[in-house]
Amino acid sequence: MSDSMQTLEAHTRSEYKYGFTTDIETEVFPKGLNEDIIRRLSAKKEEPEWLLEFRLKAYRHWLTLKEPHWANVHYDPIDYQDIIYYASPKKKPKYNSLDEVDPELLRTFERLGIPLEEQKLLAGVAVDAVLDSVSVATTYKEKLAELGIIFCSFSEAVKEHPELVRKYLGTVVPYTDNFFAALNSAVFSDGSFVYIPKGVRCPMELSTYFRINAANTGQFERTLIVAEAGSYVSYLEGCTAPMRDENQLHAAVVELIAMDDAYIKYSTVQNWYPGDKDGKGGIYNFVTKRGLCAGKRSRISWTQVETGSAITWKYPSCILKGDDSIGEFYSVAVTNNRQQADTGTKMIHIGKNTRSTIVSKGISAGYSQNSYRGLVKIGKRATNAHNFSQCDSLLMGDKCGAHTFPYLEVENDTARVEHEATTSKIGEDQLFYLQQRGLSEEDAINMIVNGYCKEVFQELPMEFAAEAQKLLAISLEGSVG
Amino acid sequence: MLTIKNLHVSVEDKEILRGINLQVNAGEVHAIMGPNGSGKSTLANVLAGREDYEVTQGEVIFNGQDLLDMEVDERAHAGVFMAFQYPVEIPGVSMATFLKSAINAMRVVRGQEELGPAQMLKFIRERLRMLGMDESVLRRSLNEGFSGGEKKRNEMLQMALLEPTLAILDETDSGLDIDALRIVADAVNKLRSPERAFIIVTHYQRLLNYIVPDYVHVLYDGRIVRSGGKELALELEARGYDWIKEEVAAG
Repeated sequence: MSDSMQTLEAHTRSEYKYGFTTDIETEVFPKGLNEDIIRRLSAKKEEPEWLLEFRLKAYRHWLTLKEPHWANVHYDPIDYQDIIYYASPKKKPKYNSLDEVDPELLRTFERLGIPLEEQKLLAGVAVDAVLDSVSVATTYKEKLAELGIIFCSFSEAVKEHPELVRKYLGTVVPYTDNFFAALNSAVFSDGSFVYIPKGVRCPMELSTYFRINAANTGQFERTLIVAEAGSYVSYLEGCTAPMRDENQLHAAVVELIAMDDAYIKYSTVQNWYPGDKDGKGGIYNFVTKRGLCAGKRSRISWTQVETGSAITWKYPSCILKGDDSIGEFYSVAVTNNRQQADTGTKMIHIGKNTRSTIVSKGISAGYSQNSYRGLVKIGKRATNAHNFSQCDSLLMGDKCGAHTFPYLEVENDTARVEHEATTSKIGEDQLFYLQQRGLSEEDAINMIVNGYCKEVFQELPMEFAAEAQKLLAISLEGSVG
Repeated sequence: MLTIKNLHVSVEDKEILRGINLQVNAGEVHAIMGPNGSGKSTLANVLAGREDYEVTQGEVIFNGQDLLDMEVDERAHAGVFMAFQYPVEIPGVSMATFLKSAINAMRVVRGQEELGPAQMLKFIRERLRMLGMDESVLRRSLNEGFSGGEKKRNEMLQMALLEPTLAILDETDSGLDIDALRIVADAVNKLRSPERAFIIVTHYQRLLNYIVPDYVHVLYDGRIVRSGGKELALELEARGYDWIKEEVAAG
């Protein structure tokens, strides 16, 4: 092995920097899942009868399903009876200002590098922070309310806007969709709800930080975003989780609905704990994210930067039902050490003149496995549908793997589908060149990797792009002497 | 400034350099000439610190420091610059970002303050003008889609911006037409100074019509077989390399 390969290896032997737990008193359900647990959860959250019914139907359906194993990932069987399905901070806070928030929690956010104070000051970012299943802080809500925008925790939405939740819940991702979506539908604890009224352009980026905290707690988030005709919203989701030895299951469901001329931009920066360098611990991230372009000329754009989790199983998708609707997927997935990622998208073209763009950038380092899996489906009615897909893989070192699984189903002759794919190794020549100009090895690698990811980063809102670059640097940095 | 003593270098167990001795003082321009395969580029790359070249014997002292013991970036910080024969393309990295990072990295190690955006732009503009280059180059990705001439010119820009004490030009003239050649030579001539030395590695004499060297060395079969003034380059131009080879063969 050459010197610079060793350097690359050293670079990629990095440690997780967000590994700590917060000492907040937690109320915890016993381990295991059954109808009683679900009833108790629903009662705890003071939910209406229809929602309990939804959960129970989902649970009963889940019992009939088998965990899917078609993804290119390998892990020990999950014991679903060994998981805690609900944990909440005991003192349920209702704050008027940040001063009232548990200082321990604020410190948690500070250690994450996302101090709420700063977020509050940063013009245009409202934060609905979810810590272990219950929302603890919400800002900017009043200002948004003036425009008729609803941005709140899912539980709150169930209480305050039950008609909206009931109308749209499960319409994009039905509980019958897949094993993990069924599980989530049965036991989801909390999440975010966004409603943008007709013609309203949301004046700020809506942002949520998720965080898994209590040991052995599965996190089952539920997000629902509805954008009425002619509206616009940009939603940011960031995730970190403290270091744990046991693997933790995360099975979220995100549903987006865009009516005529509506535009939803959904950005994710995910850095859940990836496990240690030997593959011990880490989050299992089995997420179902799907957007429905219900209206004409509607547009849904997914941008994700995935650097964390031991296993990622995630395919943010678009159903392009409205004529002239647009679906986009921009993704950077970084795997290091023993991480495994199987991620991509599905673009389902149903309406006429629908267009979709897929830009996927995989970066594999260490002993990791990184797969792109994407489906482009052009339905019978989808005349003049157009898809462009670009799937690039970058390998760092020679022990990792990159895989591409593009699936294509075309039922209409007028469709135009373009696919480009490249696999490259981070070049020793490139490193040498940059170092000869005085950049350190680490800066040189970051520069090359950021250049490679540029097309995706430029889709991220400004403040998120900077964070994404930082995260990328952290995931790939190592003990360079 | 630079002292090379009995330098032996192997690549994949094949000895390429077989005892190089060379003294370069501040302010001097040395041309290293020689036929293909004589080890010219190896010498340039070893000085810059490219891996895969194994130094088996000898030493290189640069301003009192053991150059061979330094990392690539440390050599750059010490003032060694190499203009590449084949500058690599780095997609997605804008020239502006790259130049800014490189200039500030150098400034930090030199104990200078980093330049802010306005000063940085001013400094880069000034050097662009000096080389007759257009500012639009800053928006392009580093070397991506650059023509051969543009790449070499970009190397000269970086040299002008990073202000090295020792600049090594590795066959910078290869593949250039006469206009591009003049641009490269012009850049070197503008940057010549009593504090700065140049090592110009070239196969052809024609670059030396524009950059007049103080010394010319002929590298053949891993050794410097002849050294002289600028007139040696003209002799090589007139007679080719065969007579050198014959002389060496005759021992």
